[in-house]
Amino acid sequence: METLSAISRRDFLWTGSAVVVSFALGAALPQNGAAQNPGASASLSPPLAKSLDPKEVDSFLAIQSDGSATLYTSRVDVGTGLRIAMTQMAAEELGIPVERIGFVSGDTALTPNHGGTGGSTGVPQGAVAVRQAAATLRQHLLNLGAEQLQRPVAELVLAEGQVRPANGGQGIGIGALTGGKRLALPVDPKAPLKNPAEYTVVGKPVPRPDVPGKCTARHPYLQDFTVPGMLHARVIRPPAIGAKLLSVDESSIRNIPDVRVVRIENFLAVVASDEWAAIRAATSLQATWSEWQGLPGSEGLDRHIRQTAVDHDQSLVSRGDPAAALTGAAKQLSATYSWPLQSHASLGPSCAVADVKADGATVWTASQGPHRLRNYLAGVFGIPADKLRVVYMDASGSYGTNGGDDAAADALLISKTIGKPVRVQWSREDEHGWDPKGPAQLLELRGGLDAEGRIIAWETQMWNPNNLPGNRAVLAADAAGIPQDHGQATGSMVQNTEPPYAVPNMLVTAHWLKETPLRLSNLRAPGKIANVFAVESFTDELAAAAGADPVAFRLRGLSDPRAIEVLQRAAEMIGWQTRPSPNPRPAQGNLLAGRGMAYARYKQAENYVGMAMEVTVDRASGRISVRRVTCAHDCGLVVNPDGLRNQIEGSILQTLGRALHEEVKFDRSRVTSVDWKSYPILTFPEVPTVEIALLDRPTLPPYGAGEPATAPVAAALANAVFDAAGVRLRTVPFTPERVLAALRSTR
Amino acid sequence: MAQYRLRVNGRAVRVESWDPAQPLLYVLRNSLGLHGPKFGCGLDQCGACTVLIDGKAARSCSVSVRQAAGRSITTLEGLGTPEKPDPIQAAFIAEEAAQCGYCTNGMIMAAKSLLNQTPNPTPEQVKRGLAGNLCRCGTYTRILSAVLRAAKA
Ligand code: FES
Ligand code: FES
Repeated sequence: METLSAISRRDFLWTGSAVVVSFALGAALPQNGAAQNPGASASLSPPLAKSLDPKEVDSFLAIQSDGSATLYTSRVDVGTGLRIAMTQMAAEELGIPVERIGFVSGDTALTPNHGGTGGSTGVPQGAVAVRQAAATLRQHLLNLGAEQLQRPVAELVLAEGQVRPANGGQGIGIGALTGGKRLALPVDPKAPLKNPAEYTVVGKPVPRPDVPGKCTARHPYLQDFTVPGMLHARVIRPPAIGAKLLSVDESSIRNIPDVRVVRIENFLAVVASDEWAAIRAATSLQATWSEWQGLPGSEGLDRHIRQTAVDHDQSLVSRGDPAAALTGAAKQLSATYSWPLQSHASLGPSCAVADVKADGATVWTASQGPHRLRNYLAGVFGIPADKLRVVYMDASGSYGTNGGDDAAADALLISKTIGKPVRVQWSREDEHGWDPKGPAQLLELRGGLDAEGRIIAWETQMWNPNNLPGNRAVLAADAAGIPQDHGQATGSMVQNTEPPYAVPNMLVTAHWLKETPLRLSNLRAPGKIANVFAVESFTDELAAAAGADPVAFRLRGLSDPRAIEVLQRAAEMIGWQTRPSPNPRPAQGNLLAGRGMAYARYKQAENYVGMAMEVTVDRASGRISVRRVTCAHDCGLVVNPDGLRNQIEGSILQTLGRALHEEVKFDRSRVTSVDWKSYPILTFPEVPTVEIALLDRPTLPPYGAGEPATAPVAAALANAVFDAAGVRLRTVPFTPERVLAALRSTR
Repeated sequence: MAQYRLRVNGRAVRVESWDPAQPLLYVLRNSLGLHGPKFGCGLDQCGACTVLIDGKAARSCSVSVRQAAGRSITTLEGLGTPEKPDPIQAAFIAEEAAQCGYCTNGMIMAAKSLLNQTPNPTPEQVKRGLAGNLCRCGTYTRILSAVLRAAKA
């Protein structure tokens, strides 16, 4: 703790004088400066005028006079291990041990804006940009060393924090070369990168610096963060989404000490110095709201989607003559797949702290896009963007845009209204009920086989929520009657909607829906999980119709050796027996056993993932148990194999929960699945054995790892259930009721 | 305001609360600055707030300060430090058994309680023993390895 406070003090002293921070920061800042880089011995004392321009090396990296370094990035680590991966890539180019590199992320006053976290782009875009800055700095350090040592650059190396002659002899530390100085160096996009054959840090399972603190309660979370004089607030959401606040009876909370009510039109909150008092007040306060019934209800949502008006159609693939090929096919198949609305369901509900002062404001948040959030909140709440500082802190994993941005808006609005620093903590019910949801998806597929059992025709029709320009609306501004954007973006919904196999005649069309229920956002691997579920389930249906083994059927349509390798490896690991599905001898007592396979190339252009599963289906209860999962994963260059495995394991387990259990339920007025009982996720007893093979390609660029292994999960599961029980599950989640209904329908 | 005496991480403490029904979680986090236990649901459904009460895992969101009075409470802070971790913490660190780490407190405290009662659990016993602790990041397989590693230590 001693070193942490020493670091923070320096950081505070420095930031206090930085030109970019022109307003009082309060005593809160240093805690965060230290929070971001647990365990690093680097001192955080960057040069005086912190550059934020992503074209400048100074924006990303600072070298201190003791030879340590600090890395600055807008890309935040939401538990994925980006922090260590990015540090390793910088360390490799700079010849500095990872422990000597501090990490500051997602602070609009300190970090350049080179994009937010999302779409598995942290390594391939975020860390690759930092690596280029580090490579530029490496050349610069070598040049400076050459001058000082009076030797040509070609004879020098940069290693262990020193520029020194390659053949031995006296070197000079990088701290002495440039420590504490502004580099004023543009990032050189052509600066040569270290040869992967010489890597000593990248590719190693370097432990994540945050883990010891997370296991000993020393890692500071946003939820733990306080500022002096801070009050606790709770926002009271209406009982129906569009309800208006008619009246509030403040006498109903008379017996709770030291609470006040904040009301701005339909925005209702309670504020107290004691957190428990705020919670009690929020649950006790009597308020009357108007009726509102603007939702279609989640029962029969598929039907609703098919009846919804389409804004426009988009043709994604049109090749050959699919209509004629279908008519002429030896066998024709069609099937409809549907995916429900799902919640990010973060384990810790969203939180934010805001401190609005006369001369500027600060918001502490776990937003995945602190810069985007800063710009948006500044506009909505009328604070000049250069007077609003947004600072990221670690919190519960978010998996996309959960309620965090809304909590930030809540805190900012309340702090602005009462003139005091405010902490807003959402309840469990609010997080499940009000986080923007991952959208429902519906896909209709048609396919034709020729007499030899090859796919000769394929058609995908999909219905997606329309994209609307502008930012996603924040709840607080709508409730308070503050004008704002009502944009809609849910991530790339149309990737992986065509089969990755050679098909001569193909049509892929997206229908963008005019209206969809609930506020939506990006949820981990947006679109892709449902798309691969549909495409890879349907591929399995075609294989079964052709009487072919599912792996052999896929291999026949693949020519890319990397695709073939992941498919074969996943099959090998599970001990795949070549035969068509369903399993001719599935019965093990009351259980039916089977195995399934799915393959995807993520976003059709990135990671190759092959995944096989062994499951049992209980005939009596309809319960599916997943026993084993094998995954072969090729993401190009592997930066940190252990961090990568952790992400793949998490992707598989989380998505098993999404496929088996998760569906947002709502009536005409509100979301009704608002806790872990009504919205269950995967639990410990359901956890299968997970085996992973990493196919490392050190000379190729790295792809991200936070999402790709999610994509084939639901399909592999559905295919295994088909193998075991001979029934095809086309609607997620695969609840016991649905399994039983499917079993009954085959009898 | 009423006062309550508790033993927290081996030390006798006195805390004040205006409401005897106030959950222990808020007393630990806000009055005592112990941030190990996390707020996840407040509904006794997720385990993020787990502490040990008299050596057994308990949900601090669902135990009132009045019920906690006179009892001996251990939080994650009370197990060990990064420099001197408890064997269960050391096992979680060795297995890198965290992603966001929001569930980690509950997982470690529930595992500690499990190992107190069942020092050599089978993998199935660990899974059942931690059935009430949720991890949204899906770190379950590593947590399982960590608990089995700690049992062997
Ligand atoms: S916060 Fe106590 S069980 Fe979830
Ligand atoms: S590690 Fe994030 S909830 Fe378990």
